[in-house]
Amino acid sequence: MKTVFVTVGTTSFDELIESITSSEATQALKARGYEHLVLQVGRGSVFPAADSCPHIRLEAFRFKNSIAEDISQADLVISHAGAGSCLEALGAGKSLLVVVNDKLMDNHQLELAKQLHIDSHLLYCTCSTLTETLRTMDLSVLQPFPPGQPKKFADFMDKALGIK
Amino acid sequence: MMFLLGFTSAVLLLCLFFIIRLYIVVKTGAKYKPGTKGRVTVLVVAGSGGHTTEILHLLQCMSAAYTPRHYVIADTDRMSEEKICTFESLKQQSDSQFTICRIPRSREVHQSWSSSVVSTLNALRYSLPLVFRLRPDMVLCNGPGTCIPLCVAGLLLGILGIKKVLIVYAESICRVQTLSLTGKILYPVSDYFFVQWSSLRDKYPKSIFLGRMV
Repeated sequence: MKTVFVTVGTTSFDELIESITSSEATQALKARGYEHLVLQVGRGSVFPAADSCPHIRLEAFRFKNSIAEDISQADLVISHAGAGSCLEALGAGKSLLVVVNDKLMDNHQLELAKQLHIDSHLLYCTCSTLTETLRTMDLSVLQPFPPGQPKKFADFMDKALGIK
Repeated sequence: MMFLLGFTSAVLLLCLFFIIRLYIVVKTGAKYKPGTKGRVTVLVVAGSGGHTTEILHLLQCMSAAYTPRHYVIADTDRMSEEKICTFESLKQQSDSQFTICRIPRSREVHQSWSSSVVSTLNALRYSLPLVFRLRPDMVLCNGPGTCIPLCVAGLLLGILGIKKVLIVYAESICRVQTLSLTGKILYPVSDYFFVQWSSLRDKYPKSIFLGRMV
């Protein structure tokens, strides 16, 4: 069963939860073959009931110690623009759609999501364009995200400090 | 009158001494190689909001030569300690030593500028004795507000001629176009300043760019 995992991180993003559980959005997901929707809603005040979406099987939770398992079981991750969430999903090699909270102005975390979008590692939309994006998106354009190289940092420091 | 004049010139001379010493301390950083004498004591500044995760990524490939590691976290930070302990237990180096120290937070998210200055000074009260006691060879940090008082304390060790403390700053992966406030403050006084995006290297010529490190 193809699964979508939605994560809002440690904050709340009610607008995203409302948009993704709307009947238009769930129909668009269904049309793409996604049948299972898992929501991590954080501190949000919107907590959809399991039977609130007729088109799709729905699960929701607020927080877990680790969302690594939810990410690994997902075929598509839909995330807020938080750096931690984006890097975790990309690091697990998942297709990622970032939904920007345009009500949060001057959020420096957007810088990273924008750059990763420019480099074709993720897709990018707002709540108002979410349904349209789900209908028209082409996940095949996404480029793999190579892991970072902390070894280079360690080698540089060894050389700089004279460590053999 | 004479007394006042004498006092003023003494203060000015002292300031001048500090500035010249600071300049010398920062300039000699590249030549200072504590690794040739044996182990390197590291003060690692951790911090919530992704900073701890990122800095542990950086430490992941560093050898046992970087021992002991003294982690410093803000006293209101609950998540970091667990992450550090998990990381250290996975490292499984038999002679590996680490400690975790707590100091008051110098800046909460959204805290105003003026009150940040006051709380940073308060954090400095705790940072100075800590750094003077540990005498690390290097301070490794990546942006939480707690960095500033700890780096100031490290610089002071150098200024007073007690010990050269290398300031190693690695800007967070989140920073693509602009440096964080901490990054801007520490850029001129750091010995090694890493950025993870080429756009930042172009803006800050002193910075070191090795690609994405985390």
